[in-house]
Amino acid sequence: MTGNFIYTRFNYVLGWARKFSLFHYPYVTACCGMEYMSTACAHFDIDRFGAGWTRFSPRQSDLLLVVGTICQKQAPVLKTVYDQMTEPKWVIAFGACAVSGGIYDNYAVVQGVDQIIPVDVYVPGCPPRPETVLDGLIKLQEKIQKQDQDWRWKKRRS
Amino acid sequence: MEEKTILDDLRKTFPEKILETSAFFGDTTIVIVKDGLLDIVHFLRKKPYEFNMLLDLTCVDYRGRSPRFEMVYHVFSLAAKRRLRIKLSVPDDRLSVDTLTSIWKNADWLEREVYDMFGIRFEGHPDLRRLFMYDGFEGHPLRKDYPLRKRQPLIPLRK
Repeated sequence: MTGNFIYTRFNYVLGWARKFSLFHYPYVTACCGMEYMSTACAHFDIDRFGAGWTRFSPRQSDLLLVVGTICQKQAPVLKTVYDQMTEPKWVIAFGACAVSGGIYDNYAVVQGVDQIIPVDVYVPGCPPRPETVLDGLIKLQEKIQKQDQDWRWKKRRS
Repeated sequence: MEEKTILDDLRKTFPEKILETSAFFGDTTIVIVKDGLLDIVHFLRKKPYEFNMLLDLTCVDYRGRSPRFEMVYHVFSLAAKRRLRIKLSVPDDRLSVDTLTSIWKNADWLEREVYDMFGIRFEGHPDLRRLFMYDGFEGHPLRKDYPLRKRQPLIPLRK
């Protein structure tokens, strides 16, 4: 009983810590990058939600922002970037193209990045307004808080 | 009219290679036979016309018409600030055109794009490979008979 209490509290604290320290990796390929920039910079200030640190290295980041159109030729690159990220990791599909392929229903474009990598939050819009992005980020934070935290050193011991 | 003198000169110099000319509000167009391309382009590249810049080179697929493919070249003279469009039909039995890489360097990648998207071969091209699509891609996606929803993913998709 006490063990369970400690476990859930620890899980809660770990979730709280993780949701407010998201280091994000912007995988920016298209015009959605403009909205990403205004979200990240002072006007909308993604730092209010603890996601202000942009790490341009997948190995140091927790959150992959797939911003823009992903074409078939680029799919292996995105997959490699995702695989290089260390656990725990989350993915936001940013904008209509990343969510579903958007207007590009053709030979060249991947019809949604969830065909390549698992996606946690879908942010629609062409491009999405910064408020929409922040809403998506808050949704992701709620999701992280509710998750059973990946708690590696405990798993190894048991 | 300056366009008129170019067109008259071209018609006089290559009477059997130029099929059609038109000048409509500065929109100067010549339609030529395939074999005349290199000669005419050499002529235009030199003085006095000096069309020293290849603006664009592309292809049009008129599906159901014969000949089906038509090449379109847009050239520009930096000295005279003058434009000219050259069109030629590609015969259906042999989809190939002479390369212009010896005249304009940028024709290299433009011709690779046309080869990639339409499957037209360029005789004498130094490195005729696909430009946009990846190795292993089958077909030419800008042809009108390429299926609209046909997908050829490079890596296996999750679902």
